[in-house]
Amino acid sequence: MSDSSGQDRVEVRAGAYYDSVSLMQASRTVQQVPGVSAALVAMATDLNLELLAGLGFAAPDQAGPNDLLVAVRAADDEAGSAALAALAAVLSGRPDTSPGGSSAGSPGGGADLPPRTIGSAAARGSATLAVVSVPGRYAFVEAMDALDADLSVFLFSDGLPIEQEVRLKEVAGRRDLLVMGPDCGTAIVAGVGLGFANVVRPGPVGIVAASGTGAQQVCCLLDACGIGISHVLGVGGRDMSAEVAARSTLQALAALDADPATEVIVVVSKPPAAEVAARVQEVAAGLATPVVFGLLGPGRPDFTAVTGQVIADLGRSQPETWPHWQPAEPQRPRAGNLAGLFCGGTLRDEAMIIAAADLGPIASSLPLHPACGPAWALGSDLRSPGHLMIDFGDDALTAGRPHPMIDPSLRTARLLAEGADPATGVVLLDVVLGHAAAADPAADLSPAITAARATAAHDDRDLAVVVSLCGSEGDPQGRDDQAAVLAAAGAAVFTSNAEAARHAVSLIRPT
Amino acid sequence: MTRPLHGLLSGEPILTAAGVGLLADALEAQAVPVERVDWQPPPADMQGPLVRVMADPRRARANETALRRVLAVSPTLVDVLPAADALDLHPGHFLHAGPPIEWDRASGPLRGALIGAVLLERLAGTPEEAITLLETGTAITLEPCHARGAVGPMAGVISPSMWLFEVADGVAGSTGRRSYCSLNEGLGKVLRYGAYGTDVLDRLRWMSAVLGPLLRVAVRGHGPVDLGALIAQMLQMGDEGHNRNRAGTLLWLREVLPDLIDSGAPPADVSAAVDFIAGNEHFFLNLGMPACKLALDAGRGVPGSTLVVAMARNGTDFGIQVSGTGDAWFTGPAQVPDGLFLGGFGPADANPDIGDSAITETAGLGGFAMAAAPAIVRFVGGDVADALDATRSMYEITLAEHPAYQVPILGFRGTPTGIDVTKVVRTGLLPRINTGMAGRVAGTGQVGAGLVSPPAECFTAALAGLAGLAPMPG
Repeated sequence: MSDSSGQDRVEVRAGAYYDSVSLMQASRTVQQVPGVSAALVAMATDLNLELLAGLGFAAPDQAGPNDLLVAVRAADDEAGSAALAALAAVLSGRPDTSPGGSSAGSPGGGADLPPRTIGSAAARGSATLAVVSVPGRYAFVEAMDALDADLSVFLFSDGLPIEQEVRLKEVAGRRDLLVMGPDCGTAIVAGVGLGFANVVRPGPVGIVAASGTGAQQVCCLLDACGIGISHVLGVGGRDMSAEVAARSTLQALAALDADPATEVIVVVSKPPAAEVAARVQEVAAGLATPVVFGLLGPGRPDFTAVTGQVIADLGRSQPETWPHWQPAEPQRPRAGNLAGLFCGGTLRDEAMIIAAADLGPIASSLPLHPACGPAWALGSDLRSPGHLMIDFGDDALTAGRPHPMIDPSLRTARLLAEGADPATGVVLLDVVLGHAAAADPAADLSPAITAARATAAHDDRDLAVVVSLCGSEGDPQGRDDQAAVLAAAGAAVFTSNAEAARHAVSLIRPT
Repeated sequence: MTRPLHGLLSGEPILTAAGVGLLADALEAQAVPVERVDWQPPPADMQGPLVRVMADPRRARANETALRRVLAVSPTLVDVLPAADALDLHPGHFLHAGPPIEWDRASGPLRGALIGAVLLERLAGTPEEAITLLETGTAITLEPCHARGAVGPMAGVISPSMWLFEVADGVAGSTGRRSYCSLNEGLGKVLRYGAYGTDVLDRLRWMSAVLGPLLRVAVRGHGPVDLGALIAQMLQMGDEGHNRNRAGTLLWLREVLPDLIDSGAPPADVSAAVDFIAGNEHFFLNLGMPACKLALDAGRGVPGSTLVVAMARNGTDFGIQVSGTGDAWFTGPAQVPDGLFLGGFGPADANPDIGDSAITETAGLGGFAMAAAPAIVRFVGGDVADALDATRSMYEITLAEHPAYQVPILGFRGTPTGIDVTKVVRTGLLPRINTGMAGRVAGTGQVGAGLVSPPAECFTAALAGLAGLAPMPG
């Protein structure tokens, strides 16, 4: 019968050597057997014999440091036997099959752990370029880490304070590295598209882009007439501000000038700060490669015209028309307002400049003529009694949600609302194709176009829909397939954003 | 003319990406390989200091300088001598492990070791008298080992009569810097784990009277012993240099054994000394530690450098020192290690983390070299794969791979060396430290061994300290 005070077993196993770590683990295993109140499994050194006495066990008769000491205090025979069985298992090195146990892979095998920083990733191989798209408040640290590792940076993150941008670009300039960004949406480096980039053929035109969708527009128009791209180097929308002083633009110009594949350089940007423009133009004039400036603004050539200039500089013939697709039912002028619903900020700006020249004030969150009164301003409710243009890619509308090139739901909802608005005559939309953009934007948009037109028709109105389709035939979505779906839904589709805008304007009957 | 932008436009770029997966997906859709970073946001309140320190124009160069100095040191055992001579310690002057601390905040094992040291120096006749003397404090000076170029395992108490190893840089033309460490007493009930019984004091007196002088004769007879070479070898023999020093101990003994025999000392003393060293698997720990200390001290004092030059614990506080912040300690509460226990001891018996021995991890050994020592991974209930991952994960927070200290199973990759404060804060990965555990109650001795990490606030505080010293931008 079992004794209520428990049973002590003390064994000495002569000449059985185990290392102390194995034995500490064995002790723990035995201690955890139900019914065991104390256990010691250890080599019988003086220290361990003292520990044994401290636990209240009787000392064994004869034991030395080369003997294994096993002492178990168990509630009953069954628990004692279970304890010895557990000890035998752990000493025999049987694998741990308990739920928490793991089976070791082959020694030295197993994959490396994933890198936790850009610097760690860079140290593992021969990386030359880092893509950083962490939230803006963390982006400086990762971008600086990339520069420290001698990597140029494609900095997709936005919201960096301008002093952080200047600091990054100062460091990059000293180390002959390029910072593309921040808030850089597109680049093509030696054929590899970064961010939102179209699939275009390789060729002689290098682009320095302070404007992402502006660069995509030029790429796609050139590709449509068989002219390829060497590189598109993004520089970030603020690069040509007075503070940043065109640091990345100047580096990109020098790099493209030295690039044997580049025969013509295009600078795509909003108009730079005056002193910066002078410096950039001075540098451009000193290059061996001709530079065409596509600086978007009222009274300046639009991107389609700039593309024509590039084609002329290359000595190629101008296309007779840019690809376009008309709906089955011809569109005619009508009364009403023009509503531009855009994903690309620069495409919106270009359309607004073109439309304002004919239609007058257009309300926008980034007014063309802010000083000219309320007809140009668009409040946070995004409502206006007249013509308006909205950039759904604006920071204020993308906070906490994906870019509309990825998630079109906000814009789609607005398109349906325009269908129900009796004041709206024409809706102008952009659709941007390429890597990282939505997999099938025409499929996302065309039901809404159909529905909006049907709503209007129900009220005896004809809502005209015009689409600026910025894409190439090589894009994963396929430009022509997308165009066909959009046209079938009743939209007029243009690859030239400027032509799309002019067509939309032509549909508004002067009042 | 060299190609601009490091040749970026000359061929397909080789990419790494941190952030939204969509952008990396888009690259892979183009059949362009991309190394994805497993990026995690650092603490939001660390953004200001992180930006400030990452923007410090001195940082990259400062870290290169500090690291180059650390790796250039060739630690060499040159002498064995009493602490009174080596460190100019007067009676009543005691060194201890970790950042500065006074008696009233000292933990059990540190108090026990100080009681033992007072008795050893015959400043008191009984433990009670020793406690009174230490509580009064007027005749007592307490100072961190690190402040004197020394290191001590566990409580790390060094008193004037104790004998020390003296380690110097073997490279010709070096600075003449020295580092020191006591002689290892063995395991179990020993002073460094806070035990102060008669047997403990008798052993220490024998070490000062017989072992120390004998080792001095042997080391002087042998000439300088290259400790760096021994550390490189022990890593290839299953030691990690902190919780496993078995190979290192035997390698060192093999080195000085002929000189011990030739010392002219009575054979019984030689025999006792050899028996003592060979019977103590951790004897080499007290040689590895000053070797690490000497190397890291060379990296101190480089303005702008974010390199950690010391991690040390006094049983109450965990503290770190950083190259760019001088002698400042950045502290947080020491944690209780997770591990295995001797005999009937359990977690409730363990004192929080204690000892200067984390100098080994600071130098790329110990937990950082865990992959070299699969035999001891079970300390933390892990398996061999965990040991490999432990070392691999430490590359994420270090600046370099040690050129001489290599891990065979990782293809002889150098151990992760040189902890970078910014990387610890950015990744949230804390240094992994292998350690012994002392009993919480003074006089208990060792209760186990296991794994511990520093409190994160040591590193956030150090980062804030570095940020405060960084030049204003602009």
